[in-house]
Amino acid sequence: MVRFSKTLLTAAAMAMATAGAWAQSPIKIGFMAELSGPQGALGGDQYDAFMLVVERNGGKLGGVPVQIIREDSQLKPDVATQLVQKLIEKDNVSIITGITFSNIMMAVHKPITEKGVFLIGSNAGPAPIAGAACSPFQFITSWQNDNQAEVVGKYATDKGYKKVIGMAPNYQAGKDFIAGFKRMYKGEVIDEIYTPLNQPDFSAELAQVAAKNPDAVYVFYPGGLGVNFVRQYAQAGLAGKIPLLSTSTTDGSTLPAQKEAALGVISGTFWGPDFANAANQQFVAEFEKKYNRIPSQYAAQSYDAALLLDSAIGKVKGNVADKPAFRAALKAADFKSVRGNFKFGANHFPVQDQHIFEVAKDAKGRVSLKTVATPLKDHQDAYATNCKM
Amino acid sequence: MTLGLFLTQLLNGVQLGVLLFLLASGLTLVFGIMNFVNLAHGSLYMMGAYFAAAAFNAFDNSFLAAAVAAVGGTLLLGAALERLLLTTLYRRDHLDQVLATFGLILFFNEVVRFIWGPASVYINTPAWLSGTVNLFGMDYPAYRFAIIAVGLAVGAGLYVVIHKTRVGMLIRAGASNADMVSALGVNIRGLNLTVFALGAGLAGLAGLMAGPIVSVQAGMGEPILILTLVVIVTGGIGSIRGAFYGALIVGVVDTIGRAFLPTLLREFLERSVAQAVGPAIASLLIYLLMAVVLAVKPQGLFPVKHG
Repeated sequence: MVRFSKTLLTAAAMAMATAGAWAQSPIKIGFMAELSGPQGALGGDQYDAFMLVVERNGGKLGGVPVQIIREDSQLKPDVATQLVQKLIEKDNVSIITGITFSNIMMAVHKPITEKGVFLIGSNAGPAPIAGAACSPFQFITSWQNDNQAEVVGKYATDKGYKKVIGMAPNYQAGKDFIAGFKRMYKGEVIDEIYTPLNQPDFSAELAQVAAKNPDAVYVFYPGGLGVNFVRQYAQAGLAGKIPLLSTSTTDGSTLPAQKEAALGVISGTFWGPDFANAANQQFVAEFEKKYNRIPSQYAAQSYDAALLLDSAIGKVKGNVADKPAFRAALKAADFKSVRGNFKFGANHFPVQDQHIFEVAKDAKGRVSLKTVATPLKDHQDAYATNCKM
Repeated sequence: MTLGLFLTQLLNGVQLGVLLFLLASGLTLVFGIMNFVNLAHGSLYMMGAYFAAAAFNAFDNSFLAAAVAAVGGTLLLGAALERLLLTTLYRRDHLDQVLATFGLILFFNEVVRFIWGPASVYINTPAWLSGTVNLFGMDYPAYRFAIIAVGLAVGAGLYVVIHKTRVGMLIRAGASNADMVSALGVNIRGLNLTVFALGAGLAGLAGLMAGPIVSVQAGMGEPILILTLVVIVTGGIGSIRGAFYGALIVGVVDTIGRAFLPTLLREFLERSVAQAVGPAIASLLIYLLMAVVLAVKPQGLFPVKHG
């Protein structure tokens, strides 16, 4: 009998302990991105920047403890779908952030949002989810894919380039970026060259480009492909002779390997490390101190995702289960973005300025990005009107 | 199309060809002499590029240091691999060898990711080769000329070693009939080690030469391994001569196809269709070539003479 009551007592104590723990249980956030493989650097930057905010706040967002569950989607849509299922059903996360590639986003967007889990995308912005397939549970802190090509097209028009050659890898995103460029470019695209996605050497194509001698070349070569292309463009003696305009080719993830070969290359995006606003100064200084490298735009997008969550969780005092209130708090986007002005459009994609950058040496003599123009102000993507929430 | 452009593209083809030759010569000997399927040859190429980049950055952008590290490092790595792992696999069948060396690919990719991180690492051409050379009115990168020169020099060196020295004689004998060579009392263990380490060193040299052109990153060895396999199958397994001509043929066909096929197709097809189909067919050309060669001469174009 004594033993029985003792057991009962222990059970009661344990139950109380669990109940206590439950009361303070942290908000679970799933972070999923490409963390391994050739494109792992992008996801790594997203994760590092997100954790910069979480760790600065002592493991809290909006004053509430958070638990970040890190998953690697390995650039495999099937793996990503399983991970999302695990995050939602086993880990009971209420928020999933990250997502690096558009094909992964297309695979997980519906499984996440139709379960009523909030999706804070901090990189991929494929057209369908900005348009007809949009969901009220999505909030994208990066851009719609086309924007970064459109701004370069506008810039090429402003510069009066008459003949441009477009080059990209032969897959959907490559074609999308060339199409985005053409949407805002008024001159003539005299040739479009699509190279196989696994082709590392562009000698044959660069000889063609040199022979055609266009006013400028527009390229989309992300990651390692961009390192190859930019180096070979310089080695072929084309750098400084034919302006090289680009998207996602010279960014924080590729510049450390390109260095001087990339000087003078033009690129278009929403943010650069040289932005003067206070939020950005703090971000760049803290990121460089902690990780000893210049942050990339992927880091900036994810840092903003963390700040967005920080503001919204604070507004609902940690009660993310109140979905309409939490959604309204996210929509308000009441935080100081590293890009300056930030607001969400009707499709929960940012309405933002798009800038042009030139690769140049920064104050410390490192190869980095320098803002040179802002061709598009408060720019919204072309698909927002198709989104009915 | 001007003559200058055509010659430039031809040079591009030759440049790709000699780079492939550096890889193919080692791989074909390992196949031919040791009867060993080594899928990890591309990993040795990758390790060469990483050793080069590490030395390049450590020794104040010295390309000489990069060269020493790349060739020396892969030579030693190759020797260690042969002694520690491969000797236990010689007696096993080809499928076991494929499995084990495929495992090595995964292993080395993870090793470089662990040490150097997932992003590509920096290495550049030596300053005196960073310019261009004017050729028939077209600028051609000086560094690519250097690759051609190095490749041809290695080719000439290998010719001398294989045809004029005792080791070369044993290698040739090993390629035609390995059992007979060992029956004659030749130290086949030593020969295997030499051949494998030499092949690894050449792969490292290829990695060094390719480093400033393509990005040095995990997995860079796989696409080029496939091309190298096409080369040795086309040229004839075990034959250095076959590797040399096979590499040049594959390099030129691939480059010329990529350069001119899309333009050519535009004469017959709609522009958008040609843009989509052109690169696809161009990248298939070398496989078509290989299929034709295999159908006509199953031993390859320049097979080793047996008997």
